[in-house]
Amino acid sequence: MIISVASGKGGTGKTTVSTNLAYVLGAKGQLLDCDVEEPNAHLFIKPELAESRTVYATVPEVDVEKCNYCGKCAEICQFSAITLVGETVLTFPQLCHDCGGCKEVCPENAIFDGKRELGQIESGNKGVIEFHHGRLRIGEAMSPPLIKEVRTCTRDDKITIIDAPPGTSCPVITAMKDVDFVLMVTEPTPFGLHDLKLAVEAVKKLGIGRGLVINRADAGDDKVREYAKQEGLPILMEIPFDRKIAESYSRGQLMVEDSGEWQEAFLQLFERIKTN
Amino acid sequence: MKIAVTAKGNDLDAEVDPRFGRAAYILIVNTDTLDYEAVDNQANINALKGAGIQAATMISGKGAEVLLTGYCGPNAVKTLNAAKVKIAAEVSGIVKEAVEAFKQGKYEYTDSPNVEGHW
Repeated sequence: MIISVASGKGGTGKTTVSTNLAYVLGAKGQLLDCDVEEPNAHLFIKPELAESRTVYATVPEVDVEKCNYCGKCAEICQFSAITLVGETVLTFPQLCHDCGGCKEVCPENAIFDGKRELGQIESGNKGVIEFHHGRLRIGEAMSPPLIKEVRTCTRDDKITIIDAPPGTSCPVITAMKDVDFVLMVTEPTPFGLHDLKLAVEAVKKLGIGRGLVINRADAGDDKVREYAKQEGLPILMEIPFDRKIAESYSRGQLMVEDSGEWQEAFLQLFERIKTN
Repeated sequence: MKIAVTAKGNDLDAEVDPRFGRAAYILIVNTDTLDYEAVDNQANINALKGAGIQAATMISGKGAEVLLTGYCGPNAVKTLNAAKVKIAAEVSGIVKEAVEAFKQGKYEYTDSPNVEGHW
C-alpha cells in the first residue's frame, strides 16, 4: 500500500504527519521523502544514510559527422533544448525533458545519449524504519525525474509513506500518481483552505482515495471543516495548536516518541486510511 | 542587408521592444530599401522556456545578419553567436530611427549576454 502525504500549501505539517506515521508503522513501513527540493524528513527520523547514488537525465548529444541539418530534432522539441541554425546544431541540456523525441525522429542516427546530473538518492535505516530521499542538484530546475527515481525504492511488502512536495504542479503529481491513498494535510486558515481546494481537485482528477488531517486545528476558523463536509472529504485526524508539539518539532523530535497517546492516534489514523 | 529589430508594434514607426525572445514583434528589415517583414512573436511570448532560442533560430532562418534589441539572455546569445548573427543590444527608440542609426554605424556589437536567463 502506498500513501502519499500532500497539502497544496507548504508548511502545513506534511513532514510532521508522514514521519510520525512512518515511525508508528515501524518495520511494516518505509518512508520516501519526495520533497527533493528541500528534503527534511531525515532531520526527524535521523537515519544513517549509508547508501548514495547519483541519478541522471538522458539528454541529446549530436554527432556532427552524421548530421544532415534537416532540423527535425528542433521541430519536435517543445522546450527548445535542441535547435538548428545554419549548419550548427545547438543543444541546451538544462532545458531537456528527456523525452527522447529528437533521437527518435533523427533520420541519420546522429543523436546519441548524453547525461545531465539530476541529484542524489540517499537511503538508510533508523532501527527498523526504512528511509529513502532524493536531493535535487543545486541549480537543477526539474524535480519530477528524480522524484520518479525515489519512488522506485517502493517495496510491495511494505506500507510506503511518501512525503510529497507542496503545491499542485508536476512535482506533486509525480509524488501522487498511482498511489492508493492521498492524505491531505491542511491548516484552518484562508491560505490553507485555498491551496487545499486546488490539491483536492488534482487528486480527484487522478481518481485516488483521499482523507484530511487538520493541523493547528484549534487556530483559524471553521471554513476548512465546512469545505471537507461539502466535499465528502473525511477528517481523519486533528492536531491541536500546541506549544509542546512546536517545541519538540523545533528540536527535531517526533510527537510519537514520548507520547503513548500520539502513538495510538497515529495508529488509528492508519486504520482510518485503510478503511476509507 | 537584412537586419532584425525587436518592436512593440508591426511597423517601422513602432517603438523598439527591449525584450528579445518575448518581443511583441520582430521586424526583418532590408536596410537598403527599408522593405520589411513583421513577424508576430505571440507564440514565443507565451513559451514556458526557450523563447530566446526560438527567436534567434527564426531570425537566422529569415537571413538577418544583425539584431537590434534591448536585452539578450545567455541562451539567445549562444544561439545568435552560432548563427553568426551580430548583436547590438541596449537599443531603444523608434525602429525607423534605430535602423538609421545602425546604417550610420552608431552601434557596437556584443557577443555576451547583458541579462541573466529568465530575467
